[in-house]
Amino acid sequence: MILRQALRMFARDWRAGELRILAAALVVAVASVTSVAFFADRVSRALVRDAHQLLGADLVLVSDHPWRQAIGEEIQRRGLDFARATTFISMVFAGEQSQLAGVKAVSDSYPLRGKLRIAPAVNAPDAPAEAGPARGKVWIEERLVTALEAPVGTTIRLGSASFEVAAILTLEPERGANFFNIAPRLFMNAADVPATGLVQTGSRVWHYLYAAGPPERIVALESWAKQQLERGQRVDNLDSGRPEVRIAIDRAQRFLGLTALLAAILAGVAVALGTRRFVERHLDGCAVMRCLGATQGRLITLYGIEFAILGIGACALGCLIGIGAQAAIAAALSEMLRADLPAPAMLPAVQGFLVGLVLLLGFALPPLVQLKNVPAVRVIRRESGSTKSGTLAVYATGLAALSGLLIWQAGDFRLGVTVVGGFGVAVAVFAAVAWVLLRLLASGPVARRIGAGSTALRYGLANLRRHSRGNAIQVASLALGLTAVLLLTFTRNDLVDAWRRSAPPDAPNRFLIGVQPDQLGGVRQYFGEHGISAPDFYPMVRGRLTSVNGRKVSEDDYTEERARRLVEREFNLSFADAPPAHNEIVAGRWFAPEAAEVSVEEGVAERLGWKMGDELSFGVGAESFSARISSVRRLKWDSMKINIFVIAPPALLGRFPTSYVSAFRVEPGDEKKVNDLAARFPNLTVVDVGAAVRQAQNVVDQVITAVQVVFLFALGAGLLVLYSALVATEDERRREAAVMRVYGASRSQVTNSQRVEFLSMGLLAGALAAAGAAAIGQLLARRVFELDLPPNQWLFVAGPVAGVLLLSLNAWLSARKVLSASPALTLRDAL
Amino acid sequence: METKTVLSARGIGKTVKSGEDDLVILREIGFDVASGEAVAIVGASGSGKSTLLAILAGLDTPSTGTVELDGVDIFGLDEDSRAELRGRSVGFVFQSFQLLPALSALENVMLPLELAGRDDAEAEARAILQRVGLGERLGHYPKHLSGGEQQRVALARAFVVRPKLLLADEPTGSLDSESGAAVIDLVFELNRSFGTTLIMVTHDEGLAKRCGRIVRLVAGRIGT
Repeated sequence: MILRQALRMFARDWRAGELRILAAALVVAVASVTSVAFFADRVSRALVRDAHQLLGADLVLVSDHPWRQAIGEEIQRRGLDFARATTFISMVFAGEQSQLAGVKAVSDSYPLRGKLRIAPAVNAPDAPAEAGPARGKVWIEERLVTALEAPVGTTIRLGSASFEVAAILTLEPERGANFFNIAPRLFMNAADVPATGLVQTGSRVWHYLYAAGPPERIVALESWAKQQLERGQRVDNLDSGRPEVRIAIDRAQRFLGLTALLAAILAGVAVALGTRRFVERHLDGCAVMRCLGATQGRLITLYGIEFAILGIGACALGCLIGIGAQAAIAAALSEMLRADLPAPAMLPAVQGFLVGLVLLLGFALPPLVQLKNVPAVRVIRRESGSTKSGTLAVYATGLAALSGLLIWQAGDFRLGVTVVGGFGVAVAVFAAVAWVLLRLLASGPVARRIGAGSTALRYGLANLRRHSRGNAIQVASLALGLTAVLLLTFTRNDLVDAWRRSAPPDAPNRFLIGVQPDQLGGVRQYFGEHGISAPDFYPMVRGRLTSVNGRKVSEDDYTEERARRLVEREFNLSFADAPPAHNEIVAGRWFAPEAAEVSVEEGVAERLGWKMGDELSFGVGAESFSARISSVRRLKWDSMKINIFVIAPPALLGRFPTSYVSAFRVEPGDEKKVNDLAARFPNLTVVDVGAAVRQAQNVVDQVITAVQVVFLFALGAGLLVLYSALVATEDERRREAAVMRVYGASRSQVTNSQRVEFLSMGLLAGALAAAGAAAIGQLLARRVFELDLPPNQWLFVAGPVAGVLLLSLNAWLSARKVLSASPALTLRDAL
Repeated sequence: METKTVLSARGIGKTVKSGEDDLVILREIGFDVASGEAVAIVGASGSGKSTLLAILAGLDTPSTGTVELDGVDIFGLDEDSRAELRGRSVGFVFQSFQLLPALSALENVMLPLELAGRDDAEAEARAILQRVGLGERLGHYPKHLSGGEQQRVALARAFVVRPKLLLADEPTGSLDSESGAAVIDLVFELNRSFGTTLIMVTHDEGLAKRCGRIVRLVAGRIGT
């Protein structure tokens, strides 16, 4: 019975257009949240999957001696995809030429993730390879072609076997996993290895087992494999293998999470504004219904059901649109994304639905409940029982629930709290500042002075004061919407730029290792002569960590694989008077020149449990030295520059045998200069990290594209808030304009007085939004993204200009509506 | 014919706070209204007419005194019970019509029946709209009806529940004299044919004289 009545009310309100704005707000909210969540979910899953391509698999087992047969069999028994590879360094010969090459012999199924890319000739377009090299064939890198003068078709010798160069290797997904051990790459079939006779006892050979498959099986395999490890063996996953990729993915998820958060918060504001308008327009109706015998309980039930119908319908529609939108985006961007996205999961739909319902319950229910309190006497005295404008307490439950949901959706507590808190503070500050400024602007002396010559100006300013409370709320809402728009345009661009800068397109693409002190001058001169900008050279001393605070260190002290590996092998130690430019000291102070102190990298300190003041002892050859930790440095891992874990004063390390390392950039086409360098200084190793840089940048670019798509939805939600804020007071303004016209105001007086009011509000909202966007942008940049980002000066021009333009447009539209209707009709509607 | 008292007001007083002072709007109002009677409450602006009407309807509460409707002390009930009593026994007509803008003429008239859970809402509403001469305008919305037509819809809405008591607050106040006269003729005609008791607030002496009895308010008291 009551359900039927509620359905009828829903149908009537819908038909009368009373619910459309609200429904639109809700649909856009759910659609944006869902499509963001869907898209973010799919993109982040794709990113993780693609990042695995950089490992060549989901999990890699690495050993400095052959794996037991049982390990490989176990991987296959668990139903996982399996491949194996061995790598070793060997001289390669072609006619008179020879070159040291990094040989990688792979089984037919390699790689399990990603594809090798090959070209039929140097500088010819490349294409993905379906399988590795056939038996008797090798693929070699361009650098090796140049060094050996061995184009495709040539025969080369490797150990005691001969092979035909079948293709130019242009991309190896796994490349970059260990820069320091890579000479120009030569790919061959694993079955050909015995014929070369190169892998013998005592040979320096790395053995890799690759596994790929469902995440839960990979996790299970990882924990099983770790128990099987012997000395010299380790397990690489994404976290341990590629820190710079992990960072890119983390940032991507934060960017997407941030955008989704914004869309949801803005939608909440739009729903709150929409409901307020609905309630204001239904006060009279409720009073009449109370007169006609409806009890409070019945009213609240009726409206409750009506809104529940609205909510379920709008959420369902929003979810459908969300699914459609994300599918369309994914399809449209499939080329740009360069990735097949995994199929959508159901969780984002549930999330979107929940967010929609919480929005409705949290932001629509509180004002709706006021309807039941409308006194019936309002039918006789209209001024009775107007709504109390939304006190914070009314919305507290809704805000709390929404915040919880948003933080859940962001998947990052800190990001969620930063954004939700930031917007909460922004709204409060906006409303307070707007209220004070509006009253100040419209106060007697100021208004008299400004409005001395113009009636319209005087009326406009008087309106500002008369509506100061409502206008303050409207300015705050407008400022909120504009903040989001500014944050998503200006600040987003700045963040993206800053992010790109941290892995810039001119990042070094070659590492140079093993420069002897007496070669420094010659190498520098070579760079100068060949137009390669002279890089920084870092002295390098190789030492083994022997004790911490006097206690002997062994790899058994650590459970984490990467920590064990660090302890097991030699550290690259360096010395310098000042910290490298791309390092930041996050604790302590840089050491004094003569002190027995060192500066350590944050990550390695954390991994090995080092603290400020700890005494580290290193063995270098037969000698040793000890020093206390005086500072901790943070490195930009994605800068592709030389990163050193431990730096000591020159006085402490300078006496040990030293070689120098450097990173520099070679432009495409200049590869011969590198080969000539290697020819002139045969002891140097030049490592091509260009491929790794390109891959890392692809990941970053992909992320940025995804974020920009998602950003459009949040922008849509921001615009919806703007629209809701503008129509919120439309009825009242129309009535006032009608009264003015009845009393003889000309069209231009009506238009101008509204224009004055709107422009002041637009200016104020724009200025507040600019300040808000700058502040939130700073907070995000520093706290969340850990990037340096000076505030964009244009923000403070764009904000006010956007505010003024927007409200000018609104003033124009509003004036048209007001002036096109006869005042009598407007007033009669209003009675 | 034996007449029965439908409404009885005893010692009604209303005082509101106005800043520091108490403002007395009504004091010691008392009268009875018999079934089928038509009573006009007249008085100058600010004399307390509308406040009295609101109290008689149970829309507002008095500071002192009681109102019995059909033998029930309406201020002994809570607000929800009063609302139910109104829904059962009282019809309203307002100066500003108070039609719901989102509802058609027919739906506006159906509303009180729907709230009472009546299944015959539509048929009843159609019938009474025919009777007030709006049979052709059932689907029209208030904004597409003239003032006189809107007030006729309001009358149909008031009478459709066959109320014992009809309370009218300046029913012609928003209408021109011609429409106003037509509406008033309709009020009295419906009043007679449904046997409703009528209490009407008006400042129109001519209209007041058409009622059987006049209660004149002067500065919150019943005058002579």
